[in-house]
Amino acid sequence: MAYLEIKGVGKSFRRNAGRASAENARLPVLRDVNLSIDENEFVCIVGRSGSGKTTLISLIAGLVEPDQGEILLEGKPIDGPGPERGVVFQNYSLLPWMNVFENVYLAVDAVAPALAESEKRARAEHYIRLVNLSAAMKKVPRELSGGMRQRVAVARGLAMEPKVLLMDEPFSALDALTRGTLQEELARIWMETRKTVVMITNDIDEAILLADSIYTLTSGPGATLGPAVRVETPHPRSHAQLSGEASYHRVRRETVGMLVGAGKDRAVHSTAQPGGASLH
Amino acid sequence: MEKRIDSTALILPLMGVSLVLFIWTALSLKIAPDLPSPLKTWQESQQYILNPFFKDGEMNQGILRFAFLSLVRVAKGFFLAIAIGTPLGFLLGLSPKFNQAFDPVIQVLRPISPLAWLPLGLVIFKQSEPAALFTIALCAMWPTVINTAMGVRSISIEYLNVGRVLKLSAMKKLRKIMIPATLPYMFTGYRLSLGMAWLVIVAAEMLTGSPGLGGFLWQEYNSLVYSHILLSVLTIGLIGFALDRLMSVVERRFKTA
Repeated sequence: MAYLEIKGVGKSFRRNAGRASAENARLPVLRDVNLSIDENEFVCIVGRSGSGKTTLISLIAGLVEPDQGEILLEGKPIDGPGPERGVVFQNYSLLPWMNVFENVYLAVDAVAPALAESEKRARAEHYIRLVNLSAAMKKVPRELSGGMRQRVAVARGLAMEPKVLLMDEPFSALDALTRGTLQEELARIWMETRKTVVMITNDIDEAILLADSIYTLTSGPGATLGPAVRVETPHPRSHAQLSGEASYHRVRRETVGMLVGAGKDRAVHSTAQPGGASLH
Repeated sequence: MEKRIDSTALILPLMGVSLVLFIWTALSLKIAPDLPSPLKTWQESQQYILNPFFKDGEMNQGILRFAFLSLVRVAKGFFLAIAIGTPLGFLLGLSPKFNQAFDPVIQVLRPISPLAWLPLGLVIFKQSEPAALFTIALCAMWPTVINTAMGVRSISIEYLNVGRVLKLSAMKKLRKIMIPATLPYMFTGYRLSLGMAWLVIVAAEMLTGSPGLGGFLWQEYNSLVYSHILLSVLTIGLIGFALDRLMSVVERRFKTA
């Protein structure tokens, strides 16, 4: 049985929020989204901006309720947001009045209130060390660069020790060099923690570097998920290593093909059968 | 270069002050002979300024003694105002229903002058001191109420989502997210409220005849010592300015948070 399962989920929003419209027109954002994810799997969902990626991650997080369908974690339907589904937000969402340690500690304290204070401190410090920010523990977010803020957000997400870590375009606001470094760091951290991760991204290379499976989201309105593209290259991968591999270019071509094909809403690339186009 | 900026920063305000002194003198010489000139004001007031802490009866004290009495009264009224105004603002910001119920009341109470509240305070409390505090608090409360409510309403959804994902308890959410996020707005409200409280003090002391800058002003008007009215007016202005500066320093500390 799948660890995290999305079954026939659809979501639409009112077209003109606030203005009462006679025909009650609603804009479908997602329709019939199906996805099943195994434990310890790293899944990337690639889509263009405006295709409903953030809506999808908010649905899994429970911050938004689906109109149709359901989302199951370990077979149980999710009910609202909860710390077993940790979120790394696109815009970091660090609390600016708390320093790095306090931001992470707040999460630890919230999910494990029964632990002794020393254990909670140790756990917060552990995850801050994991993202290489021990030296900035006492700094407040405004004293940190974008890359460092995103590391704090990742540390906070991991410190919750969630069953699933949801990441919403975590690196999209960073410059290319910082992004590359953080991607490889995330690959290393994932090797250490082996969390189940669902990451939204618009960067195909990022997806290939990190993911076991890549899904493409068709262009909205009414976007849905295409079949999986499997990336079989063993972890951890690096950008340098990947660019030399023929398989990388094939996965890339397939994913791009699906994004383009999906945009026109026609049948996806022939090699991408359900179950995944594998690559070895 | 920097020196030049410094000197204009000094010269221009001095020119402004000189112009006002000139108009004041001209007024007292040509148009309003009862208005003491700046020189006469100084001569008749200097014992209050040079010996600011003397006390020769309730209504004859050094200017800083009077100022101190007024400040204490303002402080009491101000703290009463923010003690009521902050939670009230939070409720208004948190609950649209509460807001709908009480917004009309607040909009009607807000523009009422201290001169109107004070007699009512005297009717309710029968004593001048609580009536004065009641008036100060009622008039000074609104900027705190309105700014706090606005601050609560504009807490970023991102911060609230962090609280939702972590399933923070209501108390924790209030302490760790809502109050810190609202603090900058609250302090803007506090600064405006303090300014308002200082505005009200003169009216409150005039009508109750309490010793303080406003009481002194009114007494000296009745005793026809007009120079002391000017002395009081200038002191009230200077202290109000200092209070505002002080509060904006505090406010700025919280702005960056």
